Amino acid sequence: MYETNYHRASSVSEAASLLAGSDEAKLLAGGQTLIPTMKQRLAAPSDVVDIRHIAELKGISVSGSKVTIGAATSHAEVAQSADIANVCPALCGLAAHIGDPHVRHMGTIGGSIANNDPAADYPAAMVALDATIHTNNRTISASDFFVGLFETALDEGEIVTAVSFDAPSKAAYQKFPNPASRYAMAGVFVAQGNGGIRVGVTGAGSEGVFRSSEMEEALASDFSPAALDAIAVDPAGMLADIHGSAVYRANLVKVMARRAVAAAG
Amino acid sequence: MTSISLNVNGRQVSGEAEDRTLLVEFLRTNLGMTGTHVGCDTSQCGACVVHVDGQAVKSCTMLAVQANGSDVTTIEGLASNGTLHPVQKAFHENHGLQCGFCTPGMIMAATDMIRRHGSALDEKTVRQELEGNICRCTGYHNIVKSILAAAAEMGDAQQAAE
Ligand SMILES: Cc1cc2nc3c(=O)[nH]c(=O)nc-3n(C[C@H](O)[C@H](O)[C@H](O)COP(=O)(O)OP(=O)(O)OC[C@H]3O[C@@H](n4cnc5c(N)ncnc54)[C@H](O)[C@@H]3O)c2cc1C
Ligand code: FES
Ligand code: FES
Repeated sequence: MYETNYHRASSVSEAASLLAGSDEAKLLAGGQTLIPTMKQRLAAPSDVVDIRHIAELKGISVSGSKVTIGAATSHAEVAQSADIANVCPALCGLAAHIGDPHVRHMGTIGGSIANNDPAADYPAAMVALDATIHTNNRTISASDFFVGLFETALDEGEIVTAVSFDAPSKAAYQKFPNPASRYAMAGVFVAQGNGGIRVGVTGAGSEGVFRSSEMEEALASDFSPAALDAIAVDPAGMLADIHGSAVYRANLVKVMARRAVAAAG
Repeated sequence: MTSISLNVNGRQVSGEAEDRTLLVEFLRTNLGMTGTHVGCDTSQCGACVVHVDGQAVKSCTMLAVQANGSDVTTIEGLASNGTLHPVQKAFHENHGLQCGFCTPGMIMAATDMIRRHGSALDEKTVRQELEGNICRCTGYHNIVKSILAAAAEMGDAQQAAE
């Protein structure tokens, strides 16, 4: 790891000014992506601003069907939240299958979505739940937030403070994990909410997370796994790497979607 | 350089380290506590697992300064007065280790697992939660057996105490 300077911020505004004070500063949340990247010398921030201790970024609140999760809330906290389990157990299940227990104790939802890894789990949920991403100066809808591979709508120095969404009437997430890393080779989050049915797909798309409008339409008229039978996922838009070809992933997306619909019931 | 203070296994310690120093390096190099191992460069093997403020974390994926002011428990902190911790004893009795390289991380992961699940811990959960701990020797069967034995013993002890 290259040298770096560590700062511990106690508020969002302090974090923002620490970030603004250096060209090469980066936020450090759970560090479960940033520290491995720094160890490989693929990232070399001159300064890291630790936001894990900022009280205003932490915690879960559920009021009626409105769910709000602070950006520095860990995957383990989401997995174990009885309040979220009451209204959207699919999200708890998703969080419970990110990496391993040690990663879940440190990794945060804000870090996961800001990083926008094409194989990360949360982006699929955010898109399918039509979530709103709150930052220190605006709100962004999930469909505008995830721009491309490791790319988001966040400006330089902008800090994700929370995510919020209306709990769906039913939802489920199914992923096929890479057997070594546990990241998604294909993960599909299906949600039926006020705005209709939304299907978010991660792990598979060559441009990162995406919605499958074809599947959404098919499920709108018949919410059953069989409704997806006639749909052919186009391999042209799929990732291909040592873990799986585009054709393989296209098939996995369909299999995961069918399982998610069955699980959502 | 930053001055780092930690409470390690109930003892207040401090030392100077560069901000880029990983917690595991601080434990091993600054404090000379070599029970915590480093098995990989990619945050995947779990040989380095310790507890920070009561939760299992990979000490190779945390800067020592991130832990500044925290309570840290390492494998050296489990046995008391020469008596093995029930999880250590279970690994010993069930042949839960061969070369022993992964064992500190396995045992710290196991105690964390038992803390969260108690005696309700079942085989499926143990196997699922060992996702972040790699062993090149045992094939895991005896590790799982050891953890389940310890969970049962600790659960019984807890019930007897109540
Ligand atoms: C072994 C292993 C297995 C994993 N498996 C999975 C998996 O199965 N599924 C999965 O989805 N993920 C997986 N991960 C990644 C994990 O979920 C990370 O926790 C997550 O991607 C990043 O969150 P973090 O809080 O650790 O962020 P950090 O690593 O601290 O930060 C990541 C990036 O986001 C930026 N950032 C952090 N917080 C904010 C914020 N509030 N606002 C703006 N920018 C911010 C940082 O500057 C940095 O660029 C795994 C990681 C490891 C090490
Ligand atoms: S040394 Fe920490 S995970 Fe391998
Ligand atoms: S006992 Fe040798 S690596 Fe696990």
